[in-house]
Amino acid sequence: MSNTEVKKIEELTNQEYKYGFVTDIEADSLPKGLNEDIIKQVSAKKGEPEFMLEWRLKAYRHWLTMEEPTWPNVNYPPVDYQDIVYYSAPKKQPQLESLDEVDPELLKTYEKLGISLEEQKRLSGVAVDAVFDSVSVATTFKEKLKELGIIFCSFSEAVKDHPDLVKKYLGSVVPYTDNYFATLNSAVFSDGSFVFIPKSVRCPMELSTYFRINAANTGQFERTLIVAEEDSYVSYLEGCTAPMRDENQLHAAVVELVALDNAQIKYSTVQNWYPGDKDGKGGIYNFVTKRGACKGVNSKISWTQVETGSAITWKYPSCILQGDNSVGEFYSVAVTNNLQQADTGTKMIHLGKNTSSTIISKGISAGKSQNSYRGLVKVSKKAKNSRNFSQCDSLLIGDKCGAHTFPYLEINNPTAHIEHEATTSKIGEDQIFYLNQRGIETENAIGLIVNGYIKQVLAELPMEFAVEATKLLSISLEGSVG
Amino acid sequence: MLEVKNLHASIEGNEILKGIDLKINSGEVHAIMGPNGSGKSTLAQVLAGREEYEVTDGEVMYNGNNLLELSPEDRAREGIFLAFQYPIEIPGVSNTNLLKTALNEIRKYKGEEELDTFDFLALLKEKIKLVDLDQSFLKRSVNEGFSGGEKKRNEIFQLAVLSPKLAILDETDSGLDIDALKVVANGVNKLKTKDNATLVVTHYQRLLNYIVPDFVHVLHDGKIVKSGGKELALELEDIGYDWIKNGSPEVVK
Repeated sequence: MSNTEVKKIEELTNQEYKYGFVTDIEADSLPKGLNEDIIKQVSAKKGEPEFMLEWRLKAYRHWLTMEEPTWPNVNYPPVDYQDIVYYSAPKKQPQLESLDEVDPELLKTYEKLGISLEEQKRLSGVAVDAVFDSVSVATTFKEKLKELGIIFCSFSEAVKDHPDLVKKYLGSVVPYTDNYFATLNSAVFSDGSFVFIPKSVRCPMELSTYFRINAANTGQFERTLIVAEEDSYVSYLEGCTAPMRDENQLHAAVVELVALDNAQIKYSTVQNWYPGDKDGKGGIYNFVTKRGACKGVNSKISWTQVETGSAITWKYPSCILQGDNSVGEFYSVAVTNNLQQADTGTKMIHLGKNTSSTIISKGISAGKSQNSYRGLVKVSKKAKNSRNFSQCDSLLIGDKCGAHTFPYLEINNPTAHIEHEATTSKIGEDQIFYLNQRGIETENAIGLIVNGYIKQVLAELPMEFAVEATKLLSISLEGSVG
Repeated sequence: MLEVKNLHASIEGNEILKGIDLKINSGEVHAIMGPNGSGKSTLAQVLAGREEYEVTDGEVMYNGNNLLELSPEDRAREGIFLAFQYPIEIPGVSNTNLLKTALNEIRKYKGEEELDTFDFLALLKEKIKLVDLDQSFLKRSVNEGFSGGEKKRNEIFQLAVLSPKLAILDETDSGLDIDALKVVANGVNKLKTKDNATLVVTHYQRLLNYIVPDFVHVLHDGKIVKSGGKELALELEDIGYDWIKNGSPEVVK
């Protein structure tokens, strides 16, 4: 690589995280640490019914018997779970009808992020349930959705207002015993979103939540549950940015999706949490469990993710293809730069007959980062005629980063049809010079190549989200390539 | 338009160009000929700004500016176009997208407005006819899966769309059959005006039957050892390059 290119890359790489700011709002927090008493207090503060507290406590007791996993291809100092604040909420807890009643500090934060609710509200077709730290503060479009029988609210509200639904589906896809981080989440989850689409209803708008981790040292434990009844459809968008922090922040979310007969759920994520500075200081630990169950026949669940942030990502959005003819899809772009580490991929579990799954994973590694794809395709004995197509591509930018692929196949039925393709490529100086020679400067040349590389995944994102994703991508790759 | 004086350039410490002098005016077609390893492609790459080559001496003035001080992209924006000997594949980036980005960067540099999409597409459709490529090539990724001939035609197509002042064709004839050669030459000839110039770098004379040069320069061991009119190319065709290597007395600079 030529000197100018190296310099350019360094310049770009050294760009500061532009969403690093802290909102000054009085937080109502519990003391640091984790024990049964804390869990009882979390539950009490949220005014939860008894069954919820019971569930949390069961999870907590189970968690105590578990060990933190060490198999991911990531390295980080041990997390002190007693040094984390498990509950923090903005003190003024508004139940608001209009944005005028929202704490102006909050609104400013949203504006800095370029996602002001005012603007969002005007954007037709996008309902926003904004999660600020642990408690939802504003929900829009609720009334409109209500007419259709759609429930879109914070998880806390769902626990209070729709306890039967929560009881029925909570833990039905990711049980509280599932894994270390999901179990921790089950014990201490603060809030999140709840979506219920009744039978034969097609949700007329994209449902969208912006997350933001704010108070220092607050682990955020989101819990999201989406249930699509028979013949229904919903598209859900999750987008996040977090302010800059020196200490690492643990984020262990759980997302559960349930699709009944002929239902479709499309879940899209753009994740842009603070990745740490160029020396690897700070940044979010993103240890997430996302899983969807295609319980019904002909049901379909699609995961689309653009992951550009977090110091460490550990995340495998998965599909359990239980219903006959059900379809699972996973489209992913994972970008790592500087010292970021990502171990991400998916699991496609084929249980029903004629089930099919598609995996398109595009990893981009730059700087000194490490990017691993880890994916499992499992076909059970009874899953006759199931099909999978996997494509796992890695793009390397510069020569100090790493890309790794760990595909696992467990095929127990001879009628299965499995295809796997993988490529590794590098943005070459030849390509950059070629584009330079056409009048395109190096930064834009890289953008052009990267966008070309990931367009198959971007095409799966809803339009307005794709635009944002492209922007985030160029921010996180600014200064990455050679 | 272009004035090269005593240009020396090396790569990894090896001197390839050992004092090139060359003057190209608007409206002219120049041909650089020479055997393999004489430095023809190096000259093309150095003019385009490839940074692997270090210019150790000499100067290059281009429309009154010091060309060597400009970045490769600024040289392109100033109107220098290199048709690559080995065009690069860029998977996922369509020809249309590349050309749109390139053309708009060049226009922006000149303080012009971006071309609107309809005008741009009309321009592409008009220019692609010049090189006899199907319109489906517009949507295909740049050079990916193209045959050798298609890649070369694609270079000339880009040349047509970007309409530079100085086009440098680096061995554009290599790997072309006679029909493709005619198509490419015909495209280049149609783009010729009194305001632009072409520098054809080639090993063989045959391209010069179709792109007729005003001047021919023979390059050997990093120096221009002989210059003349178009008849020089024909002479070379007859006698080959051996005479240079053998140090024939008629070789005078």
